[in-house]
Amino acid sequence: MAAVSTVLFVAAVVIAVPLTPGWDRVQRSFFDPDKFREVFPKMLGPFWYDVQIFLWCAPLILIVGLLISFARGVRSPALYPVKLLATLYVDIVRGVPVLLWITLIGFGVPALFQTRDWYGRLIVWGSVALVMTYSAYVSEVFRAGIESIHESQRAGARSLGLTNNQTMRHIVLPQAIRRVVPPLMNDLVSLQKDVALISILGPVEALRRAGIETARDFNYTPYIAAAVLFLCVSIPLTRITDHLLARERRQMTGTSVR
Amino acid sequence: MRRTAIAALLVGGLIVTACGDDDAETADTETPPADTSDDTSVGTDAPAGSEAPADTGADGAGDAAACAVDKTLAPGELTIATGEPAFPPYVIDDAPETGEGFEAAVAMAVAREMGFEGDAVTWIRTTFDAAIQPGPKDFDFNLQQYTITPDRAEFVSFSEPYYTAAQAIFGLADAPAADATTIADLQGLKIGVQASTTSLTYVEDVIQPTEAPLVFNDNAAAKQALDGNQIDAIVADLPTALFITAVEMEGTAVYGQIEGSGTDQFGLLLEKDSPLVECVNAALASLTASGELEAITTEWMADYTEAPIITLT
Repeated sequence: MAAVSTVLFVAAVVIAVPLTPGWDRVQRSFFDPDKFREVFPKMLGPFWYDVQIFLWCAPLILIVGLLISFARGVRSPALYPVKLLATLYVDIVRGVPVLLWITLIGFGVPALFQTRDWYGRLIVWGSVALVMTYSAYVSEVFRAGIESIHESQRAGARSLGLTNNQTMRHIVLPQAIRRVVPPLMNDLVSLQKDVALISILGPVEALRRAGIETARDFNYTPYIAAAVLFLCVSIPLTRITDHLLARERRQMTGTSVR
Repeated sequence: MRRTAIAALLVGGLIVTACGDDDAETADTETPPADTSDDTSVGTDAPAGSEAPADTGADGAGDAAACAVDKTLAPGELTIATGEPAFPPYVIDDAPETGEGFEAAVAMAVAREMGFEGDAVTWIRTTFDAAIQPGPKDFDFNLQQYTITPDRAEFVSFSEPYYTAAQAIFGLADAPAADATTIADLQGLKIGVQASTTSLTYVEDVIQPTEAPLVFNDNAAAKQALDGNQIDAIVADLPTALFITAVEMEGTAVYGQIEGSGTDQFGLLLEKDSPLVECVNAALASLTASGELEAITTEWMADYTEAPIITLT
């Protein structure tokens, strides 16, 4: 049944789309195979730039996000200011569009330093803006994970003589992180696309290169090439996570029965 | 197959807008009375124009006006689009409806030739990209220094050119490159440039700098990067470069215009095969014949045309 409905759906699309009045024009400007072949190799370098930004931002985001979630979760009354600051940080950072942060920090801070050394570069501060915004999102994911671990687990750990820190490290976090891997991956896939926003600071990455190639002759096919490249990373990324999680679940349920 | 599925999603949006277009057409046929009441002079002018086609000047205006009747997006109204914000010297104070600034003045003159004045002219804003998408347009014509190229004309229609501009490079006045005389003097520079422009084509294909250029959404961002010492120089069309260095950024100077770049022709951008193309061309021809286009050009652009030439070799 699934196969039949799929075939029917695809057939309907294949027949219906070319019948639309604009199809001829759209096909020429969005799906031009010659243009695709011409620009695709040119897109690889710029896309690697995107991947690099992702690769150095993602670990930082996970670390900063986890630290913020700790700060929000502190229970000691003496450390209340820490908790307050962390809450403010998340509220403010998360409440402003990513693009706005990248513009403000990416253009603003380098103007302070007036240097092209690493600490004054647009791209570095653009990455800082990404890490800032995404760590705020990710910290909430971690916090949800940590809070989802039942209080009895902590009580049990403490009664066995573990300190507060040991309880967090050996009992709460391992379970919490496992639970939040799917939403975390959600944020990472989202990050993998949002790195393209850094293009407003000047670096020519895949989205910008596609825009440039499009402006030359108003042929939109380069955007399709860019989309294909992004899919090439995000789809395997999601599938691998699904696979790892499924394996994890099998192993976990295995041990619990034994 | 998968490609077609993606296409289906994209096309979905276009169908919706295409339907909107149909509505506009029916509206057109419903409301001719509004049209004639709006410009009665046009109605009387047009037959006279067709009787004596050899006449110039005033009758040329009649031709453009007669031509434009019932062809605009909204009946009796001309919708003109430009960038947001629009920059001087093309538009002064980002207020094109005042007719202040070169492109604002050109657009208003073209509109007048086509029989639209005062309230009959509506200005809207589009980004560069929104204007070049292949579907129906929400403007009758768009002007924001679009360079006419044959490749681009595959997907949109252009009017005859209304201006020819060279490409220029500018940066800090006290930098060594300020005395550049050949392209080789520029190749070591970190260059910033606005995306989607032919300026970028000149940077990538002609100057070919050793360091990858930074590409920005607009010249405002490029100026910010120059301010923050992230780039050494900016490439832009000559009037823009001269305006920025003279009025907007202290301590900067135009290094020169790039040899052979003085052939970039700006045209009004219209929907592909728009019936209005011949009308705006008639209006431009009439403005050229009457000397008004030259007068407008002198009024707004005279200060922005002189710069030393940087040779290619």
